[in-house]
Amino acid sequence: MSAVATPAASPSTRRRGAGTQHGASLANQVLEALATVMDPELDEPITGLGFVRSVALHPAGVTVHLRLPTSFCSPNFAYLMVSDAQDALRRVRGIGRVTVVLDDHHDSDKINAGIAADAGYLGTFGAEAEEGLDELRLIFQRKAHAAAMERCVMAALTAGSVRVEHLGRLTLGDLPAGRTKEALLRRRTDIGLGVAPGERVVVDEHGEGVPDEELPLRLRLATSVRISIEGNAHFCRGLLATRYAGGDASALTTEVTETTETITDTTSTASTTSTASTAPSVSHPRTARRPKLDPKD
Amino acid sequence: MYEKNGEKYYVVDAHVALWDGRESNLRNIHGKQFIDCFYDYHKNLSPEEVVWDYDTYTYYGGERLMKDLFDEGYVDHAIFQPAHLGDFYQNGFGQTEEAWALTQAHPDKLTYNHNFDPRNEQAGLDQLRRDAERFGLKGVKLYTAEWHGDSRGYKLTDPWTYKYLEACEELGVKNIHIHKGPTIIPLDRDAFDVADVDAVATDFQGLNFVVEHCGLPRLEDFCWIATQETNVHAGLAVAMPFIHTRPRYFAQIIGELLYWIGEDKIQFSSDYAIWTPKWLVEKFVDFQIPEDMTEYAPLTATAKKKILGLNAAKMYDLDVPADLRLPEAELADPGLEVAAGAKESVFS
Repeated sequence: MSAVATPAASPSTRRRGAGTQHGASLANQVLEALATVMDPELDEPITGLGFVRSVALHPAGVTVHLRLPTSFCSPNFAYLMVSDAQDALRRVRGIGRVTVVLDDHHDSDKINAGIAADAGYLGTFGAEAEEGLDELRLIFQRKAHAAAMERCVMAALTAGSVRVEHLGRLTLGDLPAGRTKEALLRRRTDIGLGVAPGERVVVDEHGEGVPDEELPLRLRLATSVRISIEGNAHFCRGLLATRYAGGDASALTTEVTETTETITDTTSTASTTSTASTAPSVSHPRTARRPKLDPKD
Repeated sequence: MYEKNGEKYYVVDAHVALWDGRESNLRNIHGKQFIDCFYDYHKNLSPEEVVWDYDTYTYYGGERLMKDLFDEGYVDHAIFQPAHLGDFYQNGFGQTEEAWALTQAHPDKLTYNHNFDPRNEQAGLDQLRRDAERFGLKGVKLYTAEWHGDSRGYKLTDPWTYKYLEACEELGVKNIHIHKGPTIIPLDRDAFDVADVDAVATDFQGLNFVVEHCGLPRLEDFCWIATQETNVHAGLAVAMPFIHTRPRYFAQIIGELLYWIGEDKIQFSSDYAIWTPKWLVEKFVDFQIPEDMTEYAPLTATAKKKILGLNAAKMYDLDVPADLRLPEAELADPGLEVAAGAKESVFS
């Protein structure tokens, strides 16, 4: 299958259910922000993969729980997703305090503590971390680019719009508009390549054209990269459904709850929120439970 | 032995385990997380009718293993590839004494490979020498993601690993099975990076390196390395069960492996008890690359025979009955396009 960048749910689905207009629109913004967070390894948004377990809007802010297919998923990728989610949510205007929690992972405690303390990658992992994860991210962005490039080339070959011997001269302008091309343009931007119509399609990770004699091998390798990424995504989806939904991927949902009102309780203690309004730590909020959202919508 | 449509297949299950993941053996939460992860693999990719209950899965014992592999699973010979996981399990995950006793009782059917951990440094190296003698080791299983005190993984290129591999060469422990789990050290790098296999394969030409689950989830990196290193082989653990849940993906994996490394360097395994061999063998013999996948050559009966058992039999010097061997003519030339031919053209 192809990588499909879809938000967690269609806007119409998200607008259903209780909650104030303000709350509903904030929930949309939260889900849209989370939809910008990619699994770097699988090259798909975490929302579409079902990794967002729950979103809880409350007067003080938002709490998001993330989950992964196994306890032993790579902690560096896990950290990147939690950290990226936190960054994306903090860009939502008026969101209040952002809390992102990773559930059920062997490094949950370490990652959650580091994220809560804004400790950064090095501060979170201490001696196990060396410099940073930029290089790791770049490696997988390059893989994602290779896979997107291969999809475009194969589509062009299948459509008969280009001959094998002319592939080296194929330009972005030659590609038909559509999702496959858009995906390629996004991935080119990610690794710093141009997106002008005159740019060549088949390039290496630095944007250099590929000599004709190397084209077949280069594309063959790109095919392997695409197969690998797609296969991993399927495996991860299957394991996540087995782990959290009894094997039924359609039952894998993101639970969105919204606390619409707070009733000040006499036992309230010090506010722990970063917003102007006070929110008691003990309250009897009326929780509006939204319909569960299907991550595949 | 499995027979279908007049063809006979000698079957080697090159990666089996006798583990104990019961609660009584857990050292901490991670032992529970590990066996649960395995169980999810099992449930997710097995046909419904062969899914075990959780308790059976955590411990099944030698009798059940013999039944599943040899009575019902068509396996002629199986090779233990134990993971130690001493930081997760009181008595380790792979049950050394039990598996060894079973191997001694059935030497014609079982080979026992052991493991080592280079972080045990000199003491471990001394132990490797004793183990090689005691078990008559032909191979070892290395799990580079194993936790060990403060360390959560090692690389094949670490200086101590080199000393262990030098000892393997000297002791005739020539088959190094590498299980690339999610290694945490170094955390900055890709946890499934197979680049260290490339380095040791070059430096230890006398050893065979079998990369389990053919490098998945880094199939492409594995293929790229294996095509350049003649002593790097693909183990099909974990890849096999996709034949049921996602046959087209399985076709792609097999197609890629045949293209890049060829039919002589691929080994079947069920990864027992994550999966059981009976249904895998049956489905593999019936399997064919879908006709619309014209980018891949068909999977021949000869290739299936090599993958199901003859390749591993050769590596482990197993005595294959004469009627299950290939005619001499089919041994040499695989007749398939492999990576060396990639430069000619993939589209022609």
